[in-house]
Amino acid sequence: MMTTTTAIPEPKLEQTRLGPGDGEVYTETVVWAAPQAYINEAPYQIAIITLDAGGRLTARIDGERVVIGDRVVFADFRNGVPFFRKAQSRIHDQAGG
Amino acid sequence: MVGIGKTHFGAFPDRDLRHLAVEAGQKCLEDAGAKPEQVEAFYLGNFAGPEFVGQNHLAPYIATAMDIRGVPATRFEAACASSGSAFFHAVSAVGAGLYDIVLVTGVEKMTSQATPKVAEILAGAGDCCGEVKAGATFPALFAMIARRHMAQYGTTREQLAAVAVKNHANGARNPYAHMRKVITMEQALNGKPVSEPLTVYDCSLVSDGAASVLIAPLERAHEFAARPARVLGIAQTSDYVALDQKPDITTFSAVREAAQKAYRMAGVSASDIEFAEVHDCFTIAEIIATEDLGFVEKGQGGPYASAGCTALNGSRPVNTSGGLKSKGHPVGATGVAQICDVVLQLRGEAGERQIKKHSLGLAQNLGGSGATAVVTVLSAA
Repeated sequence: MMTTTTAIPEPKLEQTRLGPGDGEVYTETVVWAAPQAYINEAPYQIAIITLDAGGRLTARIDGERVVIGDRVVFADFRNGVPFFRKAQSRIHDQAGG
Repeated sequence: MVGIGKTHFGAFPDRDLRHLAVEAGQKCLEDAGAKPEQVEAFYLGNFAGPEFVGQNHLAPYIATAMDIRGVPATRFEAACASSGSAFFHAVSAVGAGLYDIVLVTGVEKMTSQATPKVAEILAGAGDCCGEVKAGATFPALFAMIARRHMAQYGTTREQLAAVAVKNHANGARNPYAHMRKVITMEQALNGKPVSEPLTVYDCSLVSDGAASVLIAPLERAHEFAARPARVLGIAQTSDYVALDQKPDITTFSAVREAAQKAYRMAGVSASDIEFAEVHDCFTIAEIIATEDLGFVEKGQGGPYASAGCTALNGSRPVNTSGGLKSKGHPVGATGVAQICDVVLQLRGEAGERQIKKHSLGLAQNLGGSGATAVVTVLSAA
């Protein structure tokens, strides 16, 4: 039986190089019991981000905690791991110029 | 299935991997009244023996220790569905007429490593270039699944906890279970956080253990001592390893497809299944399993669990063994252990946890966050 491919495309290479762009939190968790490599960073938040450019990726959240549906902006790559921050609201952006 | 054998599940500092596997295999042969020289092939399910205990080439290593020599001896790895996969391939080989008598064993020795190292080894079943690099553990992946299920369907912390309370109640009646301890709803809701919203009471146990089954064609079942059980339908399916590649993480499409194939082969539908052993590596996984197997509509797994439908005296008991939550989860052993527990119910030999309607059962084994699924429908022969 043939099934329709509903795979979400992986982010394009050029997007990855420049940064994946902004997106929305699809799901998230705060990790308390960390693997050996990140034991000194716990608790930390990770999230799956639905990117505006298409596709999803798993990233770390820097700063303020996020919940499902929050807008997030790409911050930077640290050791190859994408970090995102909670987006400031539009009203705040305008107020801040 | 003409024989079953299991070790106790638990933390056994003085027992090595081979010792556990041999005990399960020998108990199984004894149950069947079979001799090692009758075994025509040995299928081993093991996830991470090389990482946990530093031993590779495990299948002949274990087979020879049971006096099974000269025959094909092969290890299957499919994360937590390793022995489910070994079982699927063994049944396929017997069905195809390659062999008559095949021993399938699942084993894992996990407790010799500290928890952060265990988390790291288990994370190897995820996508190491993406989610794992970002700091996801398996509890974290299932926590993200739980969050999404809660957001989409209104599933609650209490419904997750109801799964843990029920499985611990069942496991307390299972002499082979790792943690034979009844827990209260209050305890389950107030556990130490592992990965929000999951607490220790939502997570299965890190265990040592092994389980074996002996397979033979139905027409030769009378040659063996034990009451046979019959594989009516079986399927193994696959899907993306990385959670962020799945269109909808609140369902395991591999499980849905495997269930449909297994039901079709067995000539049954979901509503015919009387009881099931499902892969509750985390409480949310049992809730999703009851949906993906078609026991309830999508999104209704939470209310189904909290209403008591899946309890020992419920309309369709799920995880009468205590599940991975209480029985324990030596990952490579789990798939075959589930088959053993279904067979015990079919035979009416489940002791204190024996259920009344036990003629048609199901086992569902999940690898990683849904990249491998094995579903088996079983009846008394």
